[in-house]
Amino acid sequence: MAKYIIKRVAYMFISLFLIASFTFVLMKLLPGSPLASAEKLSVEQREVIYEKYGLNDPIPVQYVRYMGNLAKGDFGVSFQFKKADVTTLIVSKLKYSMILGAQALVFGTIVGIVLGMIAALKQNTIWDYGSTVIAILGVSIPSFVFAVMLQYVFAVHWEFFDVGLWNSWKSSVLPSIALAMGPIAIAARFIRTEMIEVLSSDYIMLAKAKGASWLEIAFKHAFRNALIPLITVLGPVAAGLLTGSLVVEQIFAIPGIGEQFVKSINSNDFAVIMGTTMFFSVFLIVIILIVDILYGIIDPRIRLSGGGK
Amino acid sequence: MKSRKLMVLMSFLLVLSVFLAACGGKKDDAAPADKGEDKGTTGEANEAQVLNLIETAEIPSVDSSIAEDAVGFNVLNNIMEGLYRLDQDSLPVPAMAEGEPEISEDGLTYTFKIRDAQWSNGTPVTAHDFVFAWQRAVNPDTASPYGPYLMAGMVKNAAEIGEGKAELADLGIKAEDDKTLVVELVRPVPYFLSLMSFGTFYPLNEEFVTEQGDKYASNSDTMIYNGPFQLTEWDGTGNSWKYVKNENYWDADTVKLDEINVNVVKEGSTGVNLYEKGQIDRVILSAEYAMQYADNPEIVNEIETALFYFKMNQERNGKATPLANENVRKAIARAFNKEELADAILANGSIAANFLVPKDFTFDPSGKDFRDYSDEFALYNVEEAQEYWAKALEELGTDKVTIEILGGDTENAKKQQEWFKSELERNLEGLTINLKEVPFNVRLELDNSSDYDIQSAGWGADFQDPISFIELFITGSPQNGMGYSNPEYDKLVEETKTTLANDPEARFEAFAKAEKILLEDDQAIVPTYQRGRMVLMKPYVKGIVTHPFGADYSYKWMYIEGKE
Repeated sequence: MAKYIIKRVAYMFISLFLIASFTFVLMKLLPGSPLASAEKLSVEQREVIYEKYGLNDPIPVQYVRYMGNLAKGDFGVSFQFKKADVTTLIVSKLKYSMILGAQALVFGTIVGIVLGMIAALKQNTIWDYGSTVIAILGVSIPSFVFAVMLQYVFAVHWEFFDVGLWNSWKSSVLPSIALAMGPIAIAARFIRTEMIEVLSSDYIMLAKAKGASWLEIAFKHAFRNALIPLITVLGPVAAGLLTGSLVVEQIFAIPGIGEQFVKSINSNDFAVIMGTTMFFSVFLIVIILIVDILYGIIDPRIRLSGGGK
Repeated sequence: MKSRKLMVLMSFLLVLSVFLAACGGKKDDAAPADKGEDKGTTGEANEAQVLNLIETAEIPSVDSSIAEDAVGFNVLNNIMEGLYRLDQDSLPVPAMAEGEPEISEDGLTYTFKIRDAQWSNGTPVTAHDFVFAWQRAVNPDTASPYGPYLMAGMVKNAAEIGEGKAELADLGIKAEDDKTLVVELVRPVPYFLSLMSFGTFYPLNEEFVTEQGDKYASNSDTMIYNGPFQLTEWDGTGNSWKYVKNENYWDADTVKLDEINVNVVKEGSTGVNLYEKGQIDRVILSAEYAMQYADNPEIVNEIETALFYFKMNQERNGKATPLANENVRKAIARAFNKEELADAILANGSIAANFLVPKDFTFDPSGKDFRDYSDEFALYNVEEAQEYWAKALEELGTDKVTIEILGGDTENAKKQQEWFKSELERNLEGLTINLKEVPFNVRLELDNSSDYDIQSAGWGADFQDPISFIELFITGSPQNGMGYSNPEYDKLVEETKTTLANDPEARFEAFAKAEKILLEDDQAIVPTYQRGRMVLMKPYVKGIVTHPFGADYSYKWMYIEGKE
C-alpha cells in the first residue's frame, strides 16, 4: 500500500510539472498585453513596464525563472491587483467558493442518494419516474438557470433569502442549492442503477428468503454496495464544485475564485492564470488520489494488482 | 468487512462536514452590506447619512502612481485630493492649492500656494508631497502607466527621465518651501489646472509611503488620505469596501455622508434585484433593463465622455483597401441611421454622434460647450449615400465590394455589429460585410498591426480638452493606424499647442476646423455614438456629481434626504 501511494505521489509531481509547463506555453501564446491601459501607452512606455516585470526576457529565460519560483511556492504578483501576491489573492477568493462547493456537495449527495434509493426500491412506479425526471433535469439544465430561478422565486418574489452579496449563512443557501443540482442528478442515477443491480443479485434473494425486513435489505445489504462506484465519480465532481463556479458566483455576486479565474485569462494576468491553474490541478489530483486510495481500501482487488507490480 | 466500508464512507463525510463547519465559522467576519441601514437611530436626530453603492469591478489599485482604470481613479477622487478638484459643474477649482496659482507670462511656470490641510494621520500636506508623488510617477522603477503617459512632453524633463537622460531631481516640479510649489512645463497647457484633479497628480506623503514600501496601498490600512473620505475594510482584492468621512479633511464641513458601503456586483440582473429590494441605492442598467425601466420615475440619464467610431483603414498589409476610395468612406458614413442605433439597439442612454469631440465635455472660459463651436457632419442620408456608392463603384470598376468589420465579442458589441452589417448591406447594393468579432486584446493587436478594414473602436478622455480626441488622428499617432494623413489637419493640431496655446477661443475654432476636415472633407472616420448610462437611483439620494474625465463621480456633496 505504501509503495502504491508513493508511486502515485511521484506521478502527481510529474503531472503537475507537465501541467505547469503546458499552461505556461499556452499563456505565452495568448494575444495582448496584461496592462489595462495598453491602448494609451506608447511603445517605449510599454517597454519600460514590461522590463520591470521581466516580460522582455526570452521565453525560455522566463520559463526557467517561473518554474524556479514555483518550486519555492512563489506564484508572483498579480497584474490586475498590482499590490496583491497571487497566493493571498487565491486564498481570499477561494474561501467563498469552498463553502459553497462543500455545502452543495454534501447536500447534493445526500438528496441524490435518497432519490436514487427511492427510485430503485420502487422501480417502475411513479416514484421512480419522478426521481428520474429530477435527475434528468439536474443533468441537462445548467446550474446558472437554477440559480436565476431560485434567486427570483426565493429572494425576489418571496424574500426568504438574500438576492446576492455575502452577508451571512443565508447568502449561501440559494447558490449552494443551485450548485447541488448536478451532484443530485449524478448521485441519483448511480445509486439507482447500482441498487437495481444489487437488488437482483443472489444474496439479496437470500436475505429476503431468511426473512429480513425491507428496511434491513435496503440499507444493510443493497445500499452499501451501491455506494462504491459513487465514490469514484464524486471525486472529480467535488473538485469541480470546491474550485468554484463562474456563473453561479456572478449571479449571486459572491466574491469567489471561479469568476476571478476567467477574468485573469481575459486580462492576460499571467501570474494569476498560472496560480489558479496550479491550484485547481493540485486539488483535482489530490482528490483523485484520495478517492483511489479509498477505493483501494474498499476493494482489495485494486490494491493487490496495484501493489503487486 | 461491510462495516469497514461504511466507516470509510462515514469518515469521508465527517471530514467534509468538519471542513464545512470550520469554514462556516468565518462567515460572520464578512462585512454585512446592509449593516448601515439600521444604524440610523444613533447619533444625530436627522437621517442616517449612509449610502449603499455597487461597482461592476474590483479595485485593481488605489496607488495613485499605478492606478490605470475607471474604478481606481473613481475611488482616488473620493479619498484623495490634488491641487485642483472638479466642482459640481465639473469646472476645476482650487483644492489643495490655496487660491489660483501665479502663472508666468509664457504660460510655462505655475506657482501654487498649498493650503493648510492634513493627511488622515494628522501630518500636514506640503509642497514636498507633490514633488515626491510626481517624481515617483515618472520614475521608470515605479512602472507607472499614467505617469509617463500624462507628463512626458508636458512637465519639464519628464520625457528625458523616461529615456534615462535626466535625473529624477531634474523634473519640473520644485518645493520652494513647505507651502510653495513651482511647476515648470515645456509647452503651455491650456487644460493644466483641470488635469491637476487627475489621480496621477495627487500628493503622496514621502515618509509614510517609503515606510510602507511595497505594501503601500495594498489594503485600506496601509494608506493615508487627504480627501473627503477614508477608505476602510478593503483587503486589497476583495469585493467590498467602505468610505467613511475623513474628519481631517480641510473641507469636512461640506461632507455630509458618514459612510458609503460598496459591493462589487457584476451581474446586471442581480444589481437590479438588489435595488428593488432596497439593499442598494443606485444601479447602472444594461440595455435589456433600460428598456424595461424606461418610464420609471427613478431613471436618471448620464452622458459619458466616451465616443465610438469606425476607423476606416486605407492600407492593409501594404495594399490599398476599398476604403482608400473617398466615396466608399462617404457612402458608408451616411448609410446607417445613428439615431436608431442609439435608441433601439443600444437603448442605454447613448446618443447618436455626428461629431468626434463629445458633448458636455469641454468648455471655453465663458462656459460655452465646444460643440457650440463646431457642427455636425455626414448626417444619415440614404440617397446621398447611394450616390456616393454609385460613384465609388464606378471608380473602382466593379459592382461588388467586400469589407470586413472588426469589433468586440461582447453581447452588446455583437448586437451592434449585426445591425451595422444589415443596414449597410441593405442600403448599399453590392456591398458584402464580413464581421470579425474578437476579444478586446486581440482587437488591440490587430489594431497595432493595422490588420482590418473597418474597426469599431472607441476612446475615453484622460484630460479635459478637445485635443484628447482630435490628436488621435494626426499623422503617425499610435491610435491612427489606418493610413490616414492630412498635413493641414496636423498643422491645425500643432497650432493649438503652440501659437494658439494661450488663446482659448481661437484654439477651439482651430479644433472645429480640424473636426470638419476629419469628418467631412476627408471622412477619415465615422463617429457612431456617444455612450450614456441609464441609472436607477433612489429619490432620497441627492447631490451626486458626475464628471466628464478622470473619475466618474464625486461623493463629496452627496446626502440622503427623505428616506423615511
